[in-house]
Amino acid sequence: MAEAHIPSLLLESVIYLGAAVLAVPIFRRIGLGSVLGYLFAGVVIGPWGLGLVADTDTVLHFSEFGVVMMLFLIGLEIDPDKLMELRLPIFGMGGLQVLLTAGLVYGVGTAFNLDWRLSLVVGMGVAMSSTAIAMQVLAEQGALNRPSGRSAFSVLLFQDLAVIPIMILLLVIAPGAHVSNGVHMDWLAILKAVALVILLILGGKYLLRPVLRYIANTGLREIFIAFALFLIIGVSILMTLVGLSMALGAFISGVLLADSEYRQELELDIEPFKGLLLGLFFISVGMSVNLGMVLQHPVLIVGLALAFVSFKLVLLFGLAKVFRLNNAGGLMFAVTLSQVGEFAFVIFSAAVDTKVISYEHSAVLNSVVAISMVTTPLLLLVYQFAYRRRLQQRRQNRKFDEFDEERPIIIAGFGRVGQIVTRLLTGVGVEPTVIEHDPNQIELMRSFGYRAYYGDITRPDVLRAAGIANARLLILAIDNAEDAIETARYVRQHYPDVKILARVRNRTYVFDYMDLGIDCVRETFLGAVHLGEKALREMGYTPFHAYSTAWKFRRHDEGMMRDLHPIHTDMQKVVSYNVRTRQDLQHTLSRDMEEIVAGLNNNIWGGRSEDSLSESEDGSPQSP
Amino acid sequence: MEGSRINRALLEAATGCECVQVHDLYATYPEQMIDVSHEQALVFQHDVLVFQHPLHWYSCPALLKSWLDMVLSYGWAHGDVSTQLAGKSWVHAISTGGADSVYQRRGYHHFTLAELLRPFEQSARLCNMQYLQPFLTQATDTLSDTALQAQADSYAAWLKELAEGDGPPVVESVQAEEAQYLEPVRDVKDI
Repeated sequence: MAEAHIPSLLLESVIYLGAAVLAVPIFRRIGLGSVLGYLFAGVVIGPWGLGLVADTDTVLHFSEFGVVMMLFLIGLEIDPDKLMELRLPIFGMGGLQVLLTAGLVYGVGTAFNLDWRLSLVVGMGVAMSSTAIAMQVLAEQGALNRPSGRSAFSVLLFQDLAVIPIMILLLVIAPGAHVSNGVHMDWLAILKAVALVILLILGGKYLLRPVLRYIANTGLREIFIAFALFLIIGVSILMTLVGLSMALGAFISGVLLADSEYRQELELDIEPFKGLLLGLFFISVGMSVNLGMVLQHPVLIVGLALAFVSFKLVLLFGLAKVFRLNNAGGLMFAVTLSQVGEFAFVIFSAAVDTKVISYEHSAVLNSVVAISMVTTPLLLLVYQFAYRRRLQQRRQNRKFDEFDEERPIIIAGFGRVGQIVTRLLTGVGVEPTVIEHDPNQIELMRSFGYRAYYGDITRPDVLRAAGIANARLLILAIDNAEDAIETARYVRQHYPDVKILARVRNRTYVFDYMDLGIDCVRETFLGAVHLGEKALREMGYTPFHAYSTAWKFRRHDEGMMRDLHPIHTDMQKVVSYNVRTRQDLQHTLSRDMEEIVAGLNNNIWGGRSEDSLSESEDGSPQSP
Repeated sequence: MEGSRINRALLEAATGCECVQVHDLYATYPEQMIDVSHEQALVFQHDVLVFQHPLHWYSCPALLKSWLDMVLSYGWAHGDVSTQLAGKSWVHAISTGGADSVYQRRGYHHFTLAELLRPFEQSARLCNMQYLQPFLTQATDTLSDTALQAQADSYAAWLKELAEGDGPPVVESVQAEEAQYLEPVRDVKDI
């Protein structure tokens, strides 16, 4: 009875999640990597394994959205300037890779007297690598910012771009398609596509930031996440409508938001969705491995997969050498991109739709692609084994490699306190990373030319993203005292090398910071002392005397904080200490006053030094 | 200190000595305000005061002058009944850009270092302290790194002897002074 009420979506979710939770940790533990874990889970629960899930195609299409989100996140990491820097690897390496792979496969295919259309489609499909697998591998290896990682990413980006002309080409070479008709269609499609991209760029530049600010202003985190998802999905749908790739649209929106203050927040919010969807994507790839067909033609399918992978390995390594990567980097680059990617599925199914290839061919090819994807994690294991020593060396050097974007000082809070600290530091050329959770504040300071990131410093992931691991100094300038002390505790515990300076509400909190051994400044103390100094001047003190009195008071108070620290929990002791030291202070400050009145003070600017000269007939040290 | 090659090297040498307590005034009082009672307590605990500084306008840097003004107060350091500092020693470790030869009557600066430092000598006398011959590091503009290291080493040795009571002689220039003022022509040859 209960069974009938469980929606199939929930049931399937439980199966997917359960399979992932069971398989992935085990695969990671034994060093095979998470991708292989997902793939294996997919094979097990798929129609050729336990057969728990039947409808693999729908899941595959749905989970391709993980790739879209991943490209959005990649876009966020790359502002337009960086993209320009990468233009040579994108078009040089990427272009060569796609053309050479497709051309050579086509050549071999026709040489074996295969249908030219089939050879061309296979060539174009094989040229594609899996963005999902490659990026996951690069991230797990920490290679994203290394030359090999950047090259791999550039090639993947070009492949994404290449999907568009390939789709058009499929229409053109479709049997029976009128060429003139095809070209006519293309012009309209291209016009629409270009118009949409321009619209996207303009909208991203002028519309997105105010809208994000408005949303962030609500203070509801789930609404912010909802909007982020809405943005990505919306853009993707628009792109599909004009025949562009969803991933490309997401990538463009990401790039447009790369220099916005919401970058980190967006990254952190989308990250878990991307992770889950990518996992689902890998699972569905595992499910789509048609074991029946593989068992029917084991030699053909496994042989083809191995042939494609080794062919790509050789070609990619050659390309890497041409573009001057070192051996380890080149091999990493080649292994990362050696599989045939998810875009191949898209190309093959489109080719079936346009009757360029037959369904049987595409079924065989899809199994080949899926098996080629399984090889990457295995090849990576071999690579790691071969280059373990080098990898370890590199890991030690990484401190210097990836420092570029991280700054030595992080300032939390961009309010009254954070602003002044930031201005002072920027004034001497030390630009800090500033994090603020109030969008209005960020916008206000932006109009003065100061830049802060939107984010909540109390969250460990925000701290991490801000680069706390490599920072030298964290300045806590946020208003919320509890949040500040919690953050200080967290950082002290997890990043003991980071020096912390804190703005502190009042005495009580000072003791908390002293317990942690953290240097802190009472936010109102110096201002109040300065006010007192001005009051003394109004009372007839000379400017210098007022200043030195205020200074003595300050020193007295700071000493008092040190004395009180060990006893501050005992109220009785604190009270008696206070009574005692108040007399001390009065004594110190008034003795000073008496000396001035008597003319015995050494301060020659006090206005009475002439008396002191005449009194000390033996020539006191201050005589000029 | 940040920009000082000479005094940083000397300070490092001093810091290395067990018998010396280094008290960096500019580091302790960046605001140039001095905690008088703290300083007086410090002075009271020690037998020898070494003032290490470069020569600024033929005298000490401003903060040290301020220190003298504030800390050596009437009634504590000097005056009818004050004997707090009696018997302690006062000595300078001074660096000058020019060589000793420019601190001569016919030299560029026209006065000897002994003459220029007389305010300190008299200040020490006023506090009933013994004013000792200074430790000089001269011609620092042309001092090589090796020579500087040698100088720092001898500074450390000098400080050690000082702490063991085997320091430089006491300067008593009052009588010599009178003689020199009586015969100004002769002192050119003397020096």
